[in-house]
Amino acid sequence: MEILFFLFVAFVAVGSGIFVVTCKNPVNSAIALVNTFFCLATCYVLLDAPFMAAIQLIVYAGAIMVLIIFVIMLLNIGTVDVVKSSHAVAGGALMAVLIGIQALYMLNRGEVANLDGPMTESALREFGHTELLARSLFTEFLLPFEVTSILLLVAIVGAVVLAKREV
Amino acid sequence: MTPELLSLSNAPGMFVAVMLVKILAVFGVVMLMIAYATWLERKLIGHMQTRLGPTMTGPCGLLQPIADGLKLFFKEDIIPAQASKFSFVLAPMMMVVPALVTIAIIPFGPDITLLGYIVPMQISDLNVGILFILAMAGLGVYGVVLAGWSSNSKYALLGGIRSTAQVISYELAAGMVIVAIFMLSGTLSMRGLVAAQQGPLWGITSLPSWIHNWYIFSQPLAFGIFVICSLAEINRTPFDLPEAETELVSGFATEYSSMKYALFFMAEYANMIVLSAVISTLFLGGWDGPFWGVVNILIKVVCFMMFFMWIRATWPRVRYDQLMYLGWKIFIPLALLNIVVTGFFILL
Repeated sequence: MEILFFLFVAFVAVGSGIFVVTCKNPVNSAIALVNTFFCLATCYVLLDAPFMAAIQLIVYAGAIMVLIIFVIMLLNIGTVDVVKSSHAVAGGALMAVLIGIQALYMLNRGEVANLDGPMTESALREFGHTELLARSLFTEFLLPFEVTSILLLVAIVGAVVLAKREV
Repeated sequence: MTPELLSLSNAPGMFVAVMLVKILAVFGVVMLMIAYATWLERKLIGHMQTRLGPTMTGPCGLLQPIADGLKLFFKEDIIPAQASKFSFVLAPMMMVVPALVTIAIIPFGPDITLLGYIVPMQISDLNVGILFILAMAGLGVYGVVLAGWSSNSKYALLGGIRSTAQVISYELAAGMVIVAIFMLSGTLSMRGLVAAQQGPLWGITSLPSWIHNWYIFSQPLAFGIFVICSLAEINRTPFDLPEAETELVSGFATEYSSMKYALFFMAEYANMIVLSAVISTLFLGGWDGPFWGVVNILIKVVCFMMFFMWIRATWPRVRYDQLMYLGWKIFIPLALLNIVVTGFFILL
């Protein structure tokens, strides 16, 4: 039952992923991208990671996609014909094949795939996913967490500075 | 034998049956409330403006929602020639579905024991409950934005863009205000939140036992900010800029007709009901109260809806820059301050 559901979700995710790149209209591809993110969130739920699923929806499907649509509307790309270049398509296809090979290699040969983290099933049942995640974020991974937040702050300040210059 | 929680593993047949009953009951009640919220709003605002509201259809105009529904159902469904058809049809659905899905995690009563199993009075208890609500609220914006963009009309587009900016600003403040609630309760699940609010007020056991630890008493600032942010997120007056009738005809819904237009209305009232239920659960103890569980939460929800209608009848619309100023320069700093103060008191 779970496998069937996963296959369905994965199928929809891949399908809407293809729509993202093939749609002529940027707003339609943005909608397809939201759908892909929604399917990914469903996959997180299937993996016993509800916190990740909710954050995925809030951050990506919510805020970033709203911003994408916002930008599209302000720039009015909707009416401009998208220039198709065979070089870009070929390059993209090449990259996709390379990344696909790499992912397959990692899954079959790499050591990352069968490492056991603290998120074992018994631990999840005892503490809950959110608590486990919070504990490791605020103890073991505190420095990377803070560094990331400073990086994001720099990005925000940079964005404001750049936007202000154009106004 | 102590009763155990009913789940798919210990009694699959009964679990599915109970689930179906719960889903149908909740969905039915919400749909009925959506229909009669329109009647209530027209009646209430009518009386506040010394009018009578609907009186002709049935006793006290009680059949008005049915008449409205039938009328809209038989109207011609027009899709503008220049519209982007797929998004145009998708938009109303994308507004209604997240609103109705959110109701699934609201607990509406204490657990009951049925045939030796504990049945929770809640469709689904997610352990990230409130984050799910925020996520669904984020998805709900797409309806407005898509409707505005796909109609290919300047009024609708303006409505859509306004709505995007408005919801982004107010979602932030609402999310940060809720953090203070989590700090007190230590759980994200709605069920856990209701349970956490049933202790004695502020942990003082000498107070009379009927005073419960509802978070409105310990977090009054958070309560105020959250209610105002909710108003902004569901585009109700005084924050109904996306559909400001005086300047944008009908905002994002300008080009819509027939049942698609009705869906926007349903979404608005569904959002109102859901947010009233969320506020009741977060700050007012959920189903906790003097009566039977379901009655308590229904009373709270109806009171909040009347409050929202009262605001609509009495407040003028805010200006756009005032809206942004309020969201970014007042609510977000206040929400942050609230988190700091709450943390300070928890440390004490």
